[in-house]
Amino acid sequence: MKAIKTGLSLLMLAGLTIVASQTAFAAEAAMMKLEISDGPAIKSIKKSLTGKTGDPAKGENMMANRKKGNCFACHVISSLAKKAAKNPKKYSDMGDIGPPLDGVAGRYTEGELRALLVNAKLAFPDTIMPGFYRTKGFTRVKGKFKGKTVLKAQEVEDILSLLVTFK
Amino acid sequence: MIRKTPELAERSNMRQLFKMVLAGCLAGSLMTGAAMAAADGKSEAVTPTSKDHPLEEIWSGYHFAKKGTKETQDNEFDNPGNLWLEQGMELWSKVDGDEKKSCQSCHNDAAKSMKGVGTRYPIFFPPWKKLINLEQRINLCRTKQMKAKAYKWKSNELLGLTIFVSRQSLGMPAAVVLDDKTKPFWEKGKAHYYKRRGQLDMSCAHCHQANYGKKIRSNTLTQGQANGFPTYRLKWGKPGSIQRRFKGCNKQVRAKPYKMGSDEYVNLEHYVRWRGQGLPIETPSVRP
Ligand code: HEC
Ligand code: HEC
Repeated sequence: MKAIKTGLSLLMLAGLTIVASQTAFAAEAAMMKLEISDGPAIKSIKKSLTGKTGDPAKGENMMANRKKGNCFACHVISSLAKKAAKNPKKYSDMGDIGPPLDGVAGRYTEGELRALLVNAKLAFPDTIMPGFYRTKGFTRVKGKFKGKTVLKAQEVEDILSLLVTFK
Repeated sequence: MIRKTPELAERSNMRQLFKMVLAGCLAGSLMTGAAMAAADGKSEAVTPTSKDHPLEEIWSGYHFAKKGTKETQDNEFDNPGNLWLEQGMELWSKVDGDEKKSCQSCHNDAAKSMKGVGTRYPIFFPPWKKLINLEQRINLCRTKQMKAKAYKWKSNELLGLTIFVSRQSLGMPAAVVLDDKTKPFWEKGKAHYYKRRGQLDMSCAHCHQANYGKKIRSNTLTQGQANGFPTYRLKWGKPGSIQRRFKGCNKQVRAKPYKMGSDEYVNLEHYVRWRGQGLPIETPSVRP
């Protein structure tokens, strides 16, 4: 927990950088004011990145989609894995690089989970997990991905709205 | 931190192996066979000889492949890479270029003259004051000695000849030279290896050092070793060079790749091959 604590306190700085770097996405940037506050335990991003709530059904698609969240590349989610028999292309082949996400809502608050999705490195500096909502500090990004976040703000919220149900 | 210790699964594999050896020992049979079999990175891990090597155990990609893929590689008739091996063998003695020479004109019997070459490259090349890898060496022989055209990186000819030359070191332990001359280039390759890249912001080490043996979606990560290259990749439907693989791995993390034969990739190749020290040359390997 210690690592997460110090990591997420850095997020305050990162939040500002993210806002500043989003000028290309003016519309989104206007909506996005990352208000970071000291929670009782650890820092978190408490407010929705878009001001709207997410759609868990869309979030599920984002988690499966290889070109989007592709969370299944590294995480097992038992409740979703059960659907593999019906739709193997989408739900099977969950990887085991990260911890299973079962019960993750019991381990983190919504704000903490949002912060993890935005940039997991702030909590786990050496992690392999990509930061899904940042645009700065990268090396040699391929042309069409330059200056872009992996997920759009609302897509992060969609995934989050599903994650918080994993109790 | 980046994990140094081997996979738990690997550990239990090793334990299994150890038990088998022990059982053999107790039974008073098989002992010599099991004890004398050299570590080959396929059934038993190779232990790095260099101090400060980042891995405790070195494993060939073969070790992580499915049974069927292994069998395809091992079977002389099934291994599709052998078509290119044969083509390379034919090219070895084919006269080409204004000098009316073939590789054979200068190097005679490849089984003798090319033995060990596949274990050493990339080497320091004084005229260039930098490293040269095997594909580049072959093309240099063509342009300088034979006055023939250089082959393209993905051409069947260059793949064939590279496979044929590497093949003369089949089973020999990989052993690129790390000395005063190569060190600065090795350092650059190493820096490349540990640098996070692309929008997904991962380094080679994130996948091939910290997480080998684990599954990333449907792929089992290996240590990203070079001992089987040029490898016949089922996904490509033909063999490919190590430099092509680097491009693919760069692109996977949404990073801009370098050109095949660029200094960046030749240095990286030297470093990656150093990481695989002691692994048997397996060219042409078969990989998913
Ligand atoms: C390339 C691998 C990878 C991908 C892709 C990935 N993660 Fe992770 N994730 C990890 C790893 C590894 C950890 C553990 C932290 C560490 O030690 O690096 C982690 C940790 C987490 C945690 C904290 C879990 C805990 O119990 O501490 C959450 C939540 C999480 N990931 C959610 C996601 C979601 C949601 C996605 C997709 C939008 C995703 N991850 C994509 C590798 C990945
Ligand atoms: C996102 C994860 C990821 C990253 C980052 C990555 N690779 Fe790979 N690499 C793979 C996968 C998946 C494969 C195919 C399965 C395997 O061999 O691991 C592979 C295969 C390879 C192979 C072929 C191994 C064999 O036995 O045929 C080499 C060599 C390699 N990678 C080198 C590198 C280098 C060098 C880098 C950095 C420039 C790198 N990889 C970055 C995922 C990755």
